[in-house]
Amino acid sequence: MAVNVIKERWTSKVAEMKLGPNEIKIGGESTLPFLHFEGEMPHRPVTALEVIDMEPEDYPDMLKEPFASVLNDPVAWAKKVVEYGADMVALRLMSAHPDWKNASADEVAATARAVADAIDVPLIVIGCGVEEKDGEILPVVAEKLEGKKCLIGCVTQANYKSVTAAANGYGHCVIASTPLDINLCKQLNILINEMGLPLDRVAFDPLVGALGYGIEYAYSIMERARTGALTGDKTLATPVVCFVGQEAWKAKEAKDPDAAEWGPQGDRAILWETTTATTFAIAGGTIFIMRHPESIKRFNAFIDEAMKSNAY
Amino acid sequence: MGLTGLEIFKQLPKKNCKECGQPTCLAFAMQLAAGKASLDACPYVSDAAREALDSASAPPVALIKIGAGEKLLELGNETVLFRHDKRFEHPSGIAIQVNDNEDVKAKVEKINKLVFDRVGQTHEVNLVAVNNASGDAAKFAEAVKTAQENTQYPLLLIADAAAMEKGLEVAGANKPVVYAADANNYEAMVNLAKKYEAPLVVKGNDLNSLAELVEKVMALGYKNLILDSGSRELAKVIADQTQIRRQALKLFRPFGYPTIAFANNDDAIIESLNASTYVAKYAGIVVMNSAEAEHILPVITLRLNVYTDPQKPIAVESKIYELLNPGPDAPVLITTNFSLSYFCVAGDTEGARQPAYVIPVDTDGISVLTAWAAGKFTPETIADTVKNLGVMDKVNHKKIIIPGGVAVLSGKTAELTGLEVIVGPRESAGLPSFFKQRWNQ
Repeated sequence: MAVNVIKERWTSKVAEMKLGPNEIKIGGESTLPFLHFEGEMPHRPVTALEVIDMEPEDYPDMLKEPFASVLNDPVAWAKKVVEYGADMVALRLMSAHPDWKNASADEVAATARAVADAIDVPLIVIGCGVEEKDGEILPVVAEKLEGKKCLIGCVTQANYKSVTAAANGYGHCVIASTPLDINLCKQLNILINEMGLPLDRVAFDPLVGALGYGIEYAYSIMERARTGALTGDKTLATPVVCFVGQEAWKAKEAKDPDAAEWGPQGDRAILWETTTATTFAIAGGTIFIMRHPESIKRFNAFIDEAMKSNAY
Repeated sequence: MGLTGLEIFKQLPKKNCKECGQPTCLAFAMQLAAGKASLDACPYVSDAAREALDSASAPPVALIKIGAGEKLLELGNETVLFRHDKRFEHPSGIAIQVNDNEDVKAKVEKINKLVFDRVGQTHEVNLVAVNNASGDAAKFAEAVKTAQENTQYPLLLIADAAAMEKGLEVAGANKPVVYAADANNYEAMVNLAKKYEAPLVVKGNDLNSLAELVEKVMALGYKNLILDSGSRELAKVIADQTQIRRQALKLFRPFGYPTIAFANNDDAIIESLNASTYVAKYAGIVVMNSAEAEHILPVITLRLNVYTDPQKPIAVESKIYELLNPGPDAPVLITTNFSLSYFCVAGDTEGARQPAYVIPVDTDGISVLTAWAAGKFTPETIADTVKNLGVMDKVNHKKIIIPGGVAVLSGKTAELTGLEVIVGPRESAGLPSFFKQRWNQ
């Protein structure tokens, strides 16, 4: 008996974003993740590995090891990231944090420019996480990176005005960050858009949790946002940024070398980070900011398989 | 989906006899439509009406029971494609495979240890899959016997009809999953499954052949079924699982059963990632080879996450949580017992390498601001919790830290507890710098 395959007739699609000097394209999906039988997924999800602009204090040994010689040198670290096969470099300007070095906008902007000049893949620049400070430094960073078509974040309700204006002026895209609420996400996208930045230059960050630590909230937000995007809601049709590495490596299951009841740390930590990523990939994540090179290798192998045709 | 209350009402006797416990037949029909009553409660329904209603009111995905006793596993009764539409009902069963030509006892003992504790709840695998890799029926029966004697988990028997007969002679009474009826052997397999009333996997080569075979099996009068579309590649499994769930929800009856997906892979990391995907994407049973904790824990954890009810927040127990062996000078952090609130506070505190006591106040599992608005996170509940748990006996200071979002509670809380109430950051992500600036000066 022949089964009448059910194909949803989606009316819209996710916006297509272009990043980096070579205008790498992401997004553009016209179906739910990996349902190639009913629509297009023109670009595969992309990975970035994090580079921190000062030696990170919270990296477990397992995470320091692949970057051992470059932890003090963001430019060398970024080159290493490209060597490891990441699609993009995600530079985190942690030194600007008032609790760390409280570095000035000019200092971090110079670092960002040096990193951008050393790589040919797109650069994602992430502030220090303190909204006021990021509102000060990111516009300067945006100016310094003119022409590099970077993805800059995170923009919040508190600081979106200064960052959006600069990103718009100097040709960048922004990451809009809202805490686990689809309506707040829409609202911030609208506010940013009202300042003149087209929605195909906004990616949203729902502040994901890791596997075991609230992953299901962001999972459902991504599923809802994708369904909204496919049925015509432009304010939800932006690519999704998943800060997987930052969250996964907070989990004891990833960073504890001694938890014998959970098995050896090697596979466990890689699986914690990669499972967090693949789970968001099947919900609608687009840009995966991760920390361990083995995790992106594993993630990409998974995506290779998931991108194969499943046409009926 | 199912019938409306009015459609059901038309089929009922309309006697309003109240014997079903409802005031009228219409009220009873509404309860039936909502899935809150069973037609069995009506003593007067005609056979014709019963047949019409039974097939129309059957759930989109049949409820299938596997095994017997304490570890009985239920699958099915699913009603949605997305967990946010309602919830996923029955968490996927995780089956670990053991081959009859390896050391069955050793592997089964390993499988028995795949039990994990997470915030006071136990999570474990659900099935031992015994595979007739040797092709020898006697060896298979021996392996089934060894497995059954050494585990409480229900079994999933993978064999051809001849070996299956031997295996079921050993374990049939405990209702293992029978794998599998295909186009060539389905009559023999249906007879075996029927004899032991065991759930039977129907295996196709694609969706069409699967639907065809399920109809043949149903025509033989057997409906205790699990579906295998035959796909083993990730992209195809995602597509088939999605189609089967979509078809089931549209009441395409041959696909109205739980599914099984095989993640087995020589590379244990690939196997684990695929298994997690199948858990999220509708598989009723997911089969794996690895019995190592590091490969199974991620899958079990994802299952726990995806199968939580989005309408019911998960709560952690309200007790003293000691992070990183806190000493008497460690800070006391107050939050709510919404699991995510607790995890955020605990995670960011540990991330800052700050030993601390965390006290989740029982707010019925709702978050800080919601609980404050609902009057469940108040100076009184905070004061009672701090007092009842006796956390201040563990420290040499008189300070507690409350979330920044409820700064307004600080005055009254200080008054009720006699403690110094420090207002912490609004978001737990601010805790590392808070400790640095405000606690460890």
